[in-house]
Amino acid sequence: MVASLRGVSQTMATIADELIERRGHAASATRRRTNFVIFLGPAIVLTVLFFIVPVIIDIAVSFTDLGRSLRITAFTTEQYEKVFRTDRRLTQVIGLTFVYVFGTLAIFNVTFGLILAITTTAIRNVSGSFFRGVWLLPRMSPSVLYILLWLWAVSPTEAGLVNQVLMQAFGLDAPLDLLTSAPIALIIISNGFIGASMGMIIFTAAIRGIPEHLFHAAAVDGAGTFATIRFITLPALRWPISFVTIYQTLSLLVSFEYILLLTKGGPFYDTTVYALYVYRRAFESGQYAYGAALALFLIVIGMVVALIGWRFFDMERLLQRPRIEVH
Amino acid sequence: MAKIEFRHVSKRFGAVEVIPDMDLVIEDGEFAALLGPSGCGKSTSLFMLAGIYLPSGGELLFDGHLVNEVEARDRNVGIVFQSYALYPHMSVRDNILFPLRFKKTPRDEALARVKAAADLVRVTELLDRRPSELSGGQQQRVALARALVKKPQLLLLDEPLSNLDASLRLSMRTEIKSLHEQLGVTTVLVTHDQIEATTMADRIICMRAGRIEQVGTPDDLYLRPSSLFVAGFIGSPPINLVAGKAEGGTFTADGTRFPVVGASGEITVGLRPEHLRFGEAGFAGRITQIEPMGREILYVVETGMGAVRVLEQGSFVGHTIGEQVKVAFRPENSLVFETKRQKLIVGAHVRTPA
Ligand SMILES: Nc1ncnc2c1ncn2[C@@H]1O[C@H](COP(=O)(O)OP(=O)(O)OP(=O)(O)O)[C@@H](O)[C@H]1O
Ligand SMILES: [Mg+2]
Repeated sequence: MVASLRGVSQTMATIADELIERRGHAASATRRRTNFVIFLGPAIVLTVLFFIVPVIIDIAVSFTDLGRSLRITAFTTEQYEKVFRTDRRLTQVIGLTFVYVFGTLAIFNVTFGLILAITTTAIRNVSGSFFRGVWLLPRMSPSVLYILLWLWAVSPTEAGLVNQVLMQAFGLDAPLDLLTSAPIALIIISNGFIGASMGMIIFTAAIRGIPEHLFHAAAVDGAGTFATIRFITLPALRWPISFVTIYQTLSLLVSFEYILLLTKGGPFYDTTVYALYVYRRAFESGQYAYGAALALFLIVIGMVVALIGWRFFDMERLLQRPRIEVH
Repeated sequence: MAKIEFRHVSKRFGAVEVIPDMDLVIEDGEFAALLGPSGCGKSTSLFMLAGIYLPSGGELLFDGHLVNEVEARDRNVGIVFQSYALYPHMSVRDNILFPLRFKKTPRDEALARVKAAADLVRVTELLDRRPSELSGGQQQRVALARALVKKPQLLLLDEPLSNLDASLRLSMRTEIKSLHEQLGVTTVLVTHDQIEATTMADRIICMRAGRIEQVGTPDDLYLRPSSLFVAGFIGSPPINLVAGKAEGGTFTADGTRFPVVGASGEITVGLRPEHLRFGEAGFAGRITQIEPMGREILYVVETGMGAVRVLEQGSFVGHTIGEQVKVAFRPENSLVFETKRQKLIVGAHVRTPA
C-alpha cells in the first residue's frame, strides 16, 4: 500500500517535472513538486476515480458475459458481435437518436435559443429579463415535476391541457393521444423547452458584449433590423453558437431522463434513443455486459461527434482569437 | 451637402436632461467643431444629427426639412466613431462597402467607389486585411473611408483623433482638413481638445453642461471669449485669471493695483500667458518654476495675487528660479469679466501697474 502510494506520487512528480520544465530553475524542484501534488493532486484523483476508472470497468465488463445472474462465467467478444452484427434494433435506435439530437438542436437549443436571445435583448430591459426568466423556469424545476406537467398537458383524456384547448377552442371531436401518435415530436419539444434556455443565456451574454457603437454604425450605414442581425449580431455569436452546438450535442446524446419519465422509450421502442437503449438493455433486460459494450460505443460516438464539431466550427482558431475585437 | 439647424432641441435620457435647449445653425459646407469638456453632451448632439438618438423636443432641420423622425439610414450621414466601430469580422474592403450594400449600388460601381474612397484616405493596400490587423491610424482612415463612400450630405467625426499618438494626430489633422476642402461636405467635429478645434474648424461651438457657451471663429473665442468658461477652455497653457474689485478706475487684487477702464465692481481679469512679458515695470513676483516647451518657455511666477503663468517665445532660458521679476502686458490684451455673471465686459481693459 505504502509502496504503491509512493509510486503514484513519483509518477505525479514526473508529470509535474515535465509540465514545469520550461519555467526556469529559480525555486527548488522539490517545492514545485509538492505544490503540484497539493494543487492538482485532488483534481487528478477525482478525475481518475470518476472518469477513468469507470471507463476501464466498462471496457472490462463489456468483454464478459455478465448478465442477470451477476456472475461472470467467461471472457468473450460476443457483446461486440451483437453490437455490430446481430442486434437489428440498433439501426433504428441510432436513426432515432440522430433525429432526436439534431431535431432538438436545430429547432430549439440553437435556433430558438438564438431567437429568444435576440428578441429579449432588443426589447426593453425589464420585459427582456422577464421573458428570459420565464424560459428559465423549466430548467429550474425538478425534472419529475416538469414531466408530470407534460404528462398532464398531453394526457389522452379530455382533461389534458392540449385536448382541452383543441376541443374547446377548435372544436375537435375526440381527444388526441399524442403520446402514441406523435411521441418523437413530444420528446423533442419537451427537451427543447429546457435546452433552449442555455443557448438563450449564452447568446444573450454574447450579444450584450457586442460594442454598442457597432449597432450605431450599422444603423447609420443603412442596415435594417435583419441586416443588423445578419451582419453584426450573428458574426459575433459564431463562437457561442459553435460551443452550444457541440456541448448540447454531447449532452443530448447521453441524457435520457426526460424521455424515460415521459414515454419510457415507448410506444414499444419508438422513442428509445441510444442512451436510453443502453439503460433498457442493461437494467431492464439485465444484459449488463451488452449494456457495457453499447455504452463504450456511445463514448466513441461522442468523441467522434465532438471532434467533427471541433473541426467543422474551426474551434481551435476561434479559441485562440479574441471573440470580439474592441479598439 | 446640407445646412443644419437645431431649433430648441432638447435631449433627455429618462430623468436626466443632457441637452436642455439647443439653438444652432451650421452652414452648408462648413467645418464646425463641437468643443467642450467630457460629459457636456457633444456626442449626444452628434448622435442626434446621425439619427442614432432622437431629440426629446424641438426641431432638427437638414436644409430646412424636419428630420426629427427620420431614421439614421435615411439621413445620408457619414460618421466616424471615437472607437472607429469597424466591423471586426469583415475585411477592410467589406467594411467600406457596407454602406453601399443598402443603397442598391451596382456591384461594379460599388467596388469602384470603395477603391476611390480607399485611395482618398490611402488604405488601398490594406483592403484585404481585417480591422484587428490594422494600426490605430489605419483604422481611423478606414473608418473615414467608410463614412465617405456613400457621399454623405453631412460628415460627423466623434473625437476621431483621440486614440492616435501625437505625431499621427498632427498629420491626420491636416489630412482631415484638406479632405474637407477637397470634398466640401458639411462637417461636424466633436472634440475636447481646443487645439484640434481651433486648428481644424471654421467655427467652434463651445459647450458646457449641455448648453452652448459661445459660437464663433477660433479667433473670436480666443480674442473675445464671452465668458470665463470659454476663456479658460481656449488657449494653452490656460489663461491667468485674477479676481478682485474695481473702484474709481483702479482694480485691486490682493493688494496689487491696476488702472482699469470700463468696469467697476467685482471683476475677474484674464491675462493670457503668451501676452505677458518680463520688463522694467509691471507687477512684481518671483520665478518659482521654469518649463522649457521647445520653442517657448513657460515660467511660473509667484505674485501677490497667486501664481501667474508667463510664456516667452524662443528657446533661450533668460531667467533663473528665484529671480525677482516685473510682469507687464498691453492693455488691449487684457480681458475683463464680471465675476458674478462670469460674462465678458466688452471694451473694458486693465493696464500694467506703473
Ligand atoms: N444613453 C445614455 N443614457 C443616460 N445618460 C447618458 C446616455 N448617453 C449619455 N448620457 C449622459 O449624457 C451626458 C453627455 O454625454 P455625452 O456622451 O454626449 O458626452 P460627451 O460630451 O460626448 O463627453 P466625452 O467627451 O466624454 O465623450 C453625460 O453626462 C452622460 O452621462
Ligand atoms: Mg463623447
